[in-house]
Amino acid sequence: MGDFFTVSALVVTFASGIRLATPFLLASLGETLGQRSGVLNLGVEGVMLLGAFGAYYTVLKAGSQPLALLVAIAIGIVMGLLYAVVTLVMQAEQGISGIGVFLFGLGFTDLAFQKWVGTPIPIARLEPWPIPGLSDIPVIGEVLFQHNPLVYGAFLLVPIMTYLISRTTFGLNVRAVGETPEAADTLGVSVNGTRLVTIIVANVLASLAGAVVALEVGNFQQNLTAGRGFIAIALVYFGAWRPFGAMVGSLLFGFVLALVNQWGALGIISGSASSLAAMAPAVLTIVVLVFISNRVGQPAALTRPFDRSN
Amino acid sequence: MTVRGVKNDAEVELEHSAASSLARLRPFVGLAVPLLAVAAALAVGAIMLLALGTSPIEGYRAMITGSLGGADKLADTAIKAMPLMLVGVGICIAFRAGVINIGGEGQIIAGAILSTSTALLVPDLPSAILIPMVLIAGAIGGGIWGAIPGGLKAYLGVNEILSTIMMNIIAAHFLSFLLQDLLIAEGDVKIQQTERLSENADLPLLPGGTRLHLGFIIALLVAVAAYILLFRSTLGVRLRAVGHNPHASRYAGMPVQRSIVEALAFSGACAGIAGAVLVFGSQSHRLIGEGGAAGFTQSAGFNGIVTALFGGLHPLATVPASFLFGAMLNGGIAMQRAVQVPSAMIIALNGVVVIFVVGSLRLRERLQRWFDDRVGIETSKERA
Repeated sequence: MGDFFTVSALVVTFASGIRLATPFLLASLGETLGQRSGVLNLGVEGVMLLGAFGAYYTVLKAGSQPLALLVAIAIGIVMGLLYAVVTLVMQAEQGISGIGVFLFGLGFTDLAFQKWVGTPIPIARLEPWPIPGLSDIPVIGEVLFQHNPLVYGAFLLVPIMTYLISRTTFGLNVRAVGETPEAADTLGVSVNGTRLVTIIVANVLASLAGAVVALEVGNFQQNLTAGRGFIAIALVYFGAWRPFGAMVGSLLFGFVLALVNQWGALGIISGSASSLAAMAPAVLTIVVLVFISNRVGQPAALTRPFDRSN
Repeated sequence: MTVRGVKNDAEVELEHSAASSLARLRPFVGLAVPLLAVAAALAVGAIMLLALGTSPIEGYRAMITGSLGGADKLADTAIKAMPLMLVGVGICIAFRAGVINIGGEGQIIAGAILSTSTALLVPDLPSAILIPMVLIAGAIGGGIWGAIPGGLKAYLGVNEILSTIMMNIIAAHFLSFLLQDLLIAEGDVKIQQTERLSENADLPLLPGGTRLHLGFIIALLVAVAAYILLFRSTLGVRLRAVGHNPHASRYAGMPVQRSIVEALAFSGACAGIAGAVLVFGSQSHRLIGEGGAAGFTQSAGFNGIVTALFGGLHPLATVPASFLFGAMLNGGIAMQRAVQVPSAMIIALNGVVVIFVVGSLRLRERLQRWFDDRVGIETSKERA
């Protein structure tokens, strides 16, 4: 335990906590926007896996990380369009169709990996871009300003998403469509059009979140994301459907993961106990849901398909 | 459309016969729509096979002969169908009560852990006592794992979709912990598995010379029991009423909160029995954690959901539905051998099936309503 409370160990833990929070943050920001428009996208985990494999495979074959991100974005758009058809046109029960997306992502990435890659081949990981000046500050600089660009990007998205949801006409439409779609429709707001946009954004961010996981690990394996996508959905509830809240939750879970990793590396928890420690995020999620539920109302039209004929 | 009252007799006559033939067609809509959904999913699977550079015809042929060709293959299909049937029947109970149970995976594992522990604690009891004991232990394990998110939803308002998913993750890690620690087989084996469990707890093989075992009968009995519970008991009326309209049920004096807990507990108990059947009906007669939790559960916790939906959330209709999906799983293994496509393909395909079947439910509902409207109009005309 003594080893853990040194400045260097704490700096490493906090810095890696922020890095590990990034996939949660990207996915939960997208999911926040989607749920504000009344769409529950339970397929985040599956889309993350697809994005992760797409990015991994692109770097493996083409050796370009920017291209890998573009591929992840494209995968997100395709999956978004598919989920929009399922949700908006076929009006499937959202609590279950997302499980289908998850299973598809889980199975397909495993299949593609076995068929096209075979044995895990490491790829180049994301390089940190220290911010000049700021990164030289002792402790704070190391914790906050020596990350890869995707970490900065994800955290920059928080104010952008807040502004988008609460200050723009589009954000107003999103909220209207998520609370009372019938009223929004009467006023000429396209309910399904608005939801189409939020679904695509949510899927692109989920796919990017998966790409971040793959590019930070520098490898791929079956079920690489290990439930992170599901936790990201819970973080939307944690954050009371606000981007800032999602960020707080993502950081909390990032730090928990960093602690578990760090304690494992320092030998504080070892062997079979690491499996027990791996339960921590899921247990924490349930505890958090207990405290959050019944306090903040969810968007009134969440999971309710819009059908003018009803 | 002609306005009512200006039709001549011949037209009315014609519509009567049309209405009665419509009425005859109606039950087929309930079956045809999900079947078409599965066919569409298989078409997507064919595209996936093509993308992987294999012939879909060859792949699917291997799948069909591998799952249906001969008594042994059929028995293996039934073995794959068992956990789907048990989980699916449980899903019927939960969904009918308006509770979405995504926690089948965790409930299977909880049932497997408790039943395995029972067999390890009292291995010397005679089969006639030990087998019912391990099955009941499985039901209790799964029931508890379901009741926890049930209680969280009923009394604390925690979304059950999220909590059941988290309970899956917790159970998977807990299983991994137990198999590395408390329950690991003696000796320095590095495989995550228990020792060979008591022979007295082995589910006996059914006559016929196949690998089919008692678990099959148990699954059928559970399906019938769930049917009686849902449609022939006061508890079932209450659960379905709560699922249909919780607010009205509350005004009618029904204990809505308790009903939610009960529904998830029963649902989990069915999955828990599946866990026990997977352990004591397996060929190794061990609880094995190799290949992760999904390796043990065969993803039945998720696949059971689509099985139940395919069966229209009716426990007895879930039985044939489980055979369809059991055949897909069993055939997937044959396909893997025949055309070298990893069996992960089947997980992906199942995902597509879930999406298509769930997506088709609204269509089925609409078509059935359309039939009911047509038949209703014609019948009322006939009365007039």
